[in-house]
Amino acid sequence: MKREHRFLKGLFIGIMLVFLYAPIIVMIVYSFNASRTMGNWGGFSTEWYGALFRDRDILAALEVTLSVAVISSIVATLLGTTAAIGIHSMKRRTRNVILTTTNLPVVNPDLVTGISLMFAFSILMVPQGYTRLLLAHITFNIPYVILSVMPKLRQTSDSLYEAALDLGAKPSYALRKVVLPQIAPGIVSGMILAFTLSVDDFVISFFCQQGAQNLSTYIYSLARRGINPKINALSAIMFVVVLALLLLVNVISSQNTEEAKAKRREKKRRRMAAAEA
Amino acid sequence: MSKHLIDLIGVTKDFDGELALNNIDLYIRNGEFLTLLGPSGCGKTTMLRIIAGFETATAGKVLIDGVDVSSVPAYKRKVNTVFQKYALFPHLNVYDNIAFGLKIKKADKAKIDRKVNEMLEMVELQGLGKRSIDELSGGQQQRVAIARALANEPECLLLDEPLGALDLKLRKEMQIELKRMQQQLGITFIYVTHDQEEALTMSDTIVVMRKGVIQQIGTPIDIYNEPQNAFVADFIGESNILSGVMTEDYFVEFLGKGFNCVDKGFERNEPVDVVIRPEDIKLISPEEGTLSGIVKSTVFMGVHYEMQIEAAGFTFLVHSTSMEDEGAHVGLSFFPDDIHIMRKDKAAE
Repeated sequence: MKREHRFLKGLFIGIMLVFLYAPIIVMIVYSFNASRTMGNWGGFSTEWYGALFRDRDILAALEVTLSVAVISSIVATLLGTTAAIGIHSMKRRTRNVILTTTNLPVVNPDLVTGISLMFAFSILMVPQGYTRLLLAHITFNIPYVILSVMPKLRQTSDSLYEAALDLGAKPSYALRKVVLPQIAPGIVSGMILAFTLSVDDFVISFFCQQGAQNLSTYIYSLARRGINPKINALSAIMFVVVLALLLLVNVISSQNTEEAKAKRREKKRRRMAAAEA
Repeated sequence: MSKHLIDLIGVTKDFDGELALNNIDLYIRNGEFLTLLGPSGCGKTTMLRIIAGFETATAGKVLIDGVDVSSVPAYKRKVNTVFQKYALFPHLNVYDNIAFGLKIKKADKAKIDRKVNEMLEMVELQGLGKRSIDELSGGQQQRVAIARALANEPECLLLDEPLGALDLKLRKEMQIELKRMQQQLGITFIYVTHDQEEALTMSDTIVVMRKGVIQQIGTPIDIYNEPQNAFVADFIGESNILSGVMTEDYFVEFLGKGFNCVDKGFERNEPVDVVIRPEDIKLISPEEGTLSGIVKSTVFMGVHYEMQIEAAGFTFLVHSTSMEDEGAHVGLSFFPDDIHIMRKDKAAE
């Protein structure tokens, strides 16, 4: 009975993983296919990777993607962190209202965000192309940074900030020397999350990119003309990069919880020791 | 001991319609150990936070050294705080925690070094400067918090229930040590606690508070022996509180009997609260006692026995070094000056 149970559990997870990852694995395998047609295995080759890095259009799109990702994640981190600190110090009711407002874009369909940004940009006469793409990415990244910084602020006792003021620190000094070190892990994971989301985004970019193609929109335009194996190679690289970043975020946040756990264990041990004494 | 270091004048704090402090007038003399004592929610911590500058009073003024500080931010005030949960900076080691305030003042390295070591010595943590905060026990963290606040050489140290998280034995040790430090440094301590024993042991002056209102200000001996109302009597030590009537000066009636007492100045037949401390009740034979009763329960407390004795429809709490068996008939007697008479306090109902 028990064995059956365990077997069924394993089977379920196995099937799930296959559904999730089989297509990606197939794609990665075919990115090393010497043959041009999808169904035929023509032997192992890194030809497409070479072709990929000789393709100027793709390299240009890659440059747009990376520069938008880097700039937008840095700007969104600055704005999001400041916003989170401000929101944290609000009274409870205002804080809840503001948090719901900033969280809304996260659950809002990308399509709606994309189209509304497009309208906003044309009404505000923002220059087409790179500027619009960058502004759009900064905009949709901010809520994610707030979301990852807020819990760290909540964990940090407000009396740390007060203690710094009490010892003569001006508010800006207290923020830099006491609050920031406490929430730094949240800021870093927020920034990495923003970076991957920016690299990952297609829908919003699609509506805001006229004149400046990034990778996702470029691949989409290529795919309409038939799948080129170069795209497989490119997608494989993107998958590996995003995977690596996500792993990094997880390692950072699990280290934090490990630290917290270790601290709790230590406290408990001390209490027990004190009780015994 | 004469100069006023801090004056609170008509200080009121209103938290969205909840009155945490109601028109408080209080002065704190230079060099005294003053304790704000009261149950949770009585406004004692709010008062401390207003003095520290973390809260702004809704009305009234706070003077430090005779100067109105109502608009002076916390970081410019010459007071330092020891926080309830220590609030040590976890990313800094013991040395850097203590040096935090000195570095802000841009003291030179040699001076910082000297001061930090002096502070470590004062709180008996010599040689632990390099330790990180989470390697310290609760008691050690407490000492670092005190050292950090004192390193700034404040005129006044504010302590917000600093010993609440320590176990009983450590708490007793720290009480003695805090008193020693205060006397050694000669600075003013304002201490917030809900522990009446702590207040009685350490303070020069105790301020008993309830629901944002000061109930009584006095020395520990005054507060214990002459509580001004039933609330103070009940909060400071255990008490038997009965309803009575002052039929004339020096004579009070309760539980259907008349007793001589030492109080006067009440209206004829004014209803009053009568407070008798459990240790002031003498147990004698039933025939001799003014009241006689039956022992309901007896508990051994170490130094004394705590007994519940029912007499004339009231259950008295009695502390005595001699034990009476449960169910025994005993007589109760008390001296006139052990009967404390207090005006009925409408707010205390």
